[in-house]
Amino acid sequence: MVVTCEEVWREISNYIEEQVDPALRAAMEEHFRDCKHCTAVLDGIRNVIQLYGDERLLEVPVGFSGRLRRRLEQEMPAPRGNAWGWMVAVAAAALITIGGVAGRSSAFNTPLRSEHAKPAVVPVPADMMVVVTDDGKTFHAAGCRFIHDKAHLRTIAAGEAIREGYAPCMRCMRKYLELSSLSPMQLEDADDSENHGSGY
Amino acid sequence: MLSGTMVNSSLQNPGAVSPEQQLIRRVQDGERELFYELVRPYERRVYTAAFAILRNEADAEDAAQEAVLKAFKHIRQFRAEARFSTWLIQITVNEARMRLRRDRSNVIEPIVDHPDEEGNYTPRDFADWREIPSETAERNEIREKLLEALASLGEKYREVFVLREVQHLSIDETAKALDITVASVKTRLLRARLMLRDLLAPGLGGSWNSRLSFVKGKKPW
Repeated sequence: MVVTCEEVWREISNYIEEQVDPALRAAMEEHFRDCKHCTAVLDGIRNVIQLYGDERLLEVPVGFSGRLRRRLEQEMPAPRGNAWGWMVAVAAAALITIGGVAGRSSAFNTPLRSEHAKPAVVPVPADMMVVVTDDGKTFHAAGCRFIHDKAHLRTIAAGEAIREGYAPCMRCMRKYLELSSLSPMQLEDADDSENHGSGY
Repeated sequence: MLSGTMVNSSLQNPGAVSPEQQLIRRVQDGERELFYELVRPYERRVYTAAFAILRNEADAEDAAQEAVLKAFKHIRQFRAEARFSTWLIQITVNEARMRLRRDRSNVIEPIVDHPDEEGNYTPRDFADWREIPSETAERNEIREKLLEALASLGEKYREVFVLREVQHLSIDETAKALDITVASVKTRLLRARLMLRDLLAPGLGGSWNSRLSFVKGKKPW
């Protein structure tokens, strides 16, 4: 079996993919031995494949992942409260007054860890157990995905957390905050401060 | 990329449910905050697929984001028989193609485009190009030449070439992702490879190397 240059060019891609039958393969190999032009084309295509196959050629732009993640978060609906969540929310509403009174007591004079903390108007039940980290500024419901340092969690009562200067997480504590007098603008600001801290 | 292959490991064992399939189910059942974990291994693929079609970083990133959001909104429509990565790339390709059509008036027509796909392509140049240095992709000048050459191909060749050679998809996966036949993938791939070799061999095989030499007469690498 003898193949011409034109036939070689037509099949050269399949040859590289090893998708030609043995007879054609043998004929092409024979052709490459004698034809400098076709050998140059074969070498060149192999180089093209190698060059473009290098992951460094087409990398995602710097910060791509962070921007994609933020965009996704913006689109995610706020988590829906389950029955238990609603019961807590109702209980929280009942506790607003208590929280308000406690907020003005001397126990809340500790310097706040975040300028976004507004203990006097945050109606989180004081005895609800929440988690904090020593380096963090916010307290969270257990399992909140916005906890930055999951390895060093401390579980304390919400009232205690507020006394220590922690502010409620704007995500997992949203249902309480929506009951309070915080404006949407304040919520946005607080979200930003959390995002900066999470490293993306 | 590595994690992408890891989560697909159960393909060798069809009876098992892979971590990826478990993740998909959880997202479909409402744990939507896990969606990013699902797309994370394929971020680069999504981006490069969009880049192949749109040819610039900003548009590619925008289209990639939009495609991921669409996948997120329609995750319940995803069927387990399909591969998640292929489904995601299909959405990305459609999004990028749509943008390209929309902005067609602003797009400079490619210099190398052969509408006659069935006709044979004859190499124009037979420059000897035996070796390439391993660190070529790190050299900005050469990187730009490679991207420039790729951008000069027609859209249908760019798509196939990038999915096959940059993303290392199989011919079948490339055909599925682009919604074209396997035969078309092969024809377009052959052409794309020949055209790129024609565009690059004269420079990379000789003149660029000597021009880039730090010491006259000696290759810098």
